[in-house]
Amino acid sequence: MDIFPVLLAANGLDTFVQTLIKALALGSLYALLALGFVLIYKATQTVNFAQGALALAGTWLLSMIFMDWEIPGRLIGGPGWIHWIIALVLASAATGVIGLVIERLTIRPMIGEPIFSMAVITLGLEVVIRVVAFDAVNTTPRVLGIPWGTETFQIGGAMVAWSYIAAIAMAAVAFMATWRFFKTRTGVAMRATAFDQEAALAQGISVGRIFAIAWAAGAALAAISGIFASMPPWGPAGMASRDGAFFAFRALPAVILGGLDSAIGALAGGLIIGFAEVFAGQYLASYTGVLGAGYQQVVPYVVMLIGLLVRPYGMFGTEEVRRV
Amino acid sequence: MRGRPNLYISYESESQLMPTLTKKIALSLFLLVLVLMPFDLPVIDQIPFVRFLGDNVWLRLVNRTLCFAIAALGLNILMGLAGQISIGHTFFGGVGAYTAVLVGGKSSANLWGWGLPMWVWLPAAGVVAALVGIAVAPAAVRVRGLYLGIVTLGLVFIGLHLSRVFPEIAGPGGLGRKWPRLEFRLWKEEDPLVDFSRDGHWFWFDINKNQKTYLFLLAIVIVMAWAAANLARSRTGRALQAIRDRDIAAEIMGVPEYRYKTTAFAISSFYAGIGGAVFASFSGQIPPEQWSLIGAVNFVAALLIGGMGRVSGVLMGSFFVITSHRFVEEIVDWMKHQAEDGGLFSGIFDFFVSTGQGDGGFVSVMETALGYPLPVSALDEIIFGLLIIFFLLFEPLGLYGMWIKVRNYWKGWPFSY
Repeated sequence: MDIFPVLLAANGLDTFVQTLIKALALGSLYALLALGFVLIYKATQTVNFAQGALALAGTWLLSMIFMDWEIPGRLIGGPGWIHWIIALVLASAATGVIGLVIERLTIRPMIGEPIFSMAVITLGLEVVIRVVAFDAVNTTPRVLGIPWGTETFQIGGAMVAWSYIAAIAMAAVAFMATWRFFKTRTGVAMRATAFDQEAALAQGISVGRIFAIAWAAGAALAAISGIFASMPPWGPAGMASRDGAFFAFRALPAVILGGLDSAIGALAGGLIIGFAEVFAGQYLASYTGVLGAGYQQVVPYVVMLIGLLVRPYGMFGTEEVRRV
Repeated sequence: MRGRPNLYISYESESQLMPTLTKKIALSLFLLVLVLMPFDLPVIDQIPFVRFLGDNVWLRLVNRTLCFAIAALGLNILMGLAGQISIGHTFFGGVGAYTAVLVGGKSSANLWGWGLPMWVWLPAAGVVAALVGIAVAPAAVRVRGLYLGIVTLGLVFIGLHLSRVFPEIAGPGGLGRKWPRLEFRLWKEEDPLVDFSRDGHWFWFDINKNQKTYLFLLAIVIVMAWAAANLARSRTGRALQAIRDRDIAAEIMGVPEYRYKTTAFAISSFYAGIGGAVFASFSGQIPPEQWSLIGAVNFVAALLIGGMGRVSGVLMGSFFVITSHRFVEEIVDWMKHQAEDGGLFSGIFDFFVSTGQGDGGFVSVMETALGYPLPVSALDEIIFGLLIIFFLLFEPLGLYGMWIKVRNYWKGWPFSY
């Protein structure tokens, strides 16, 4: 599964511009996925390994809502792309509800248990959701009906896919919203909970509610990033397919590099990993014989390992205070 | 002081592996049953579970369990004793397996292999995996908690990539190559001295290859489990537990953290390497994709379901993880037969089982069917995932904890409350 065929543009500058936008787009995608991880980690101190499976579930939901049930089309008229955006919102909201249910049933009873136990619970959830979603996706990929499809436009001599622009815009919107959210009352409560759960409880913050909000937002973000990750240049021609469940694991290096509990870290880590992967794929292509086919997919992990050797808690992560 | 089982007057007596006579007898009997399990013997075959586990089809599954258990015991040393999270245990299993095939496999035009006997490749698999573990340790010691978990997860992906870079060792992707058989030779002679992978005749009995493999693997597991149980009560084991419980305090008391964590990685990788090599050799031919994330999750699941930090728990967890799929299939099959034959419960089972198109039901027994009546293969995975969640929510000590509860109930009976 090589999703980044090497570009052959007319001259060096066009290749560079094209690579740059591609890297920015992949970086945004990783940042989106990373943001979902970070939101959940910030509230519950858990890495949610089920993000990938939730992303696949969200993609499937979008496909059902938009193509099969045609819910937006029945409600209002107007052009197709508005329907699609409404379907996107509905799908992410529905996935958010799944996140709420998961949190209530499996995460809430685990408060106070070792963090690793919680993380393994999400591994179990990953198995369950992935298998159900696989069965729903039903081996044949489902069409998503993305409005801009595979269309491209040109900047100078560089070919740019509209999906790249869409991913960058979506990441910008998501990070702006998160930034605004952390300034609100609930956002401050979430930051307080992340800092110290007991102190937050003592201040009258409902930690359970914060957990629920974080999981709903994390699951919704997983759905959105899953949908954007299955767009033409990345996914198999804009369809929901089984590979979607594993895409989130490729964003883990970004989360770790940036720091598990930092939204800024998610953005920085995502962009760095995206740039490293795309630029390595473009400019080291002549060494494929030595590095092996598909080497660019390993680049994120290598960057992550080097980054962790320098900063064990990521670039923006909070260092754990260790007491005797 | 005799006859007072809970009175300990020295550290040695408290940390004994078998403190009481009852335990010695029970364990000896258990081992005897295990050794005799695959054979058709009159009394042994009446015991529940043993009755069918010795059959050929199940015995293959039991053999897989034993291979899996070797590696799981290693992960238990790293996670249960030293408290270091690892989701990359299959990586070390893969290192062991590919060392084995490089040292013991046959070479051909595009494959490397030196064709050496098992007494070379089996230890080599463990040692090379341990060396890789030591090489990884400096990076792993610096990071802690879930960061470490994700770093080890990265190892799995890097390992999968390496298997693509070296097709001379790993064989073509998706297919893999043939592993050396489980057979004992002195050197490269034609006929093996002892052959564990073909039907044969031992002493006065006919014995088939699954039974032979079983006995061979069982011997390895017993030795490795005994070593692991002893490690836990040695100086190293105590140091690892001190690091797990409070690393700074351990260091202040003079336990060198870095050295012991490296030791833990080395030992656990050694186990994984042996387990991986034996598993690959027993399977015959496996693709590189076998050493993936899902396998690593299975190891973690085995530890949590069985009970972390306990050798007996790990063995129970391994058995559970490997055989649960088969049990689900058997139960669904049984429900199907009940529903078809008609009987007391046929109405209930018919509700669950869908035997074909149009028939309502929760599970489809048609192997090709996808979509809503879930195929059995999907159902057993879902049940597996749910069980992981269930154990963590309701029984954090796993099967071992359940056993302790049952034992304490009968220990205190009739005053158990």
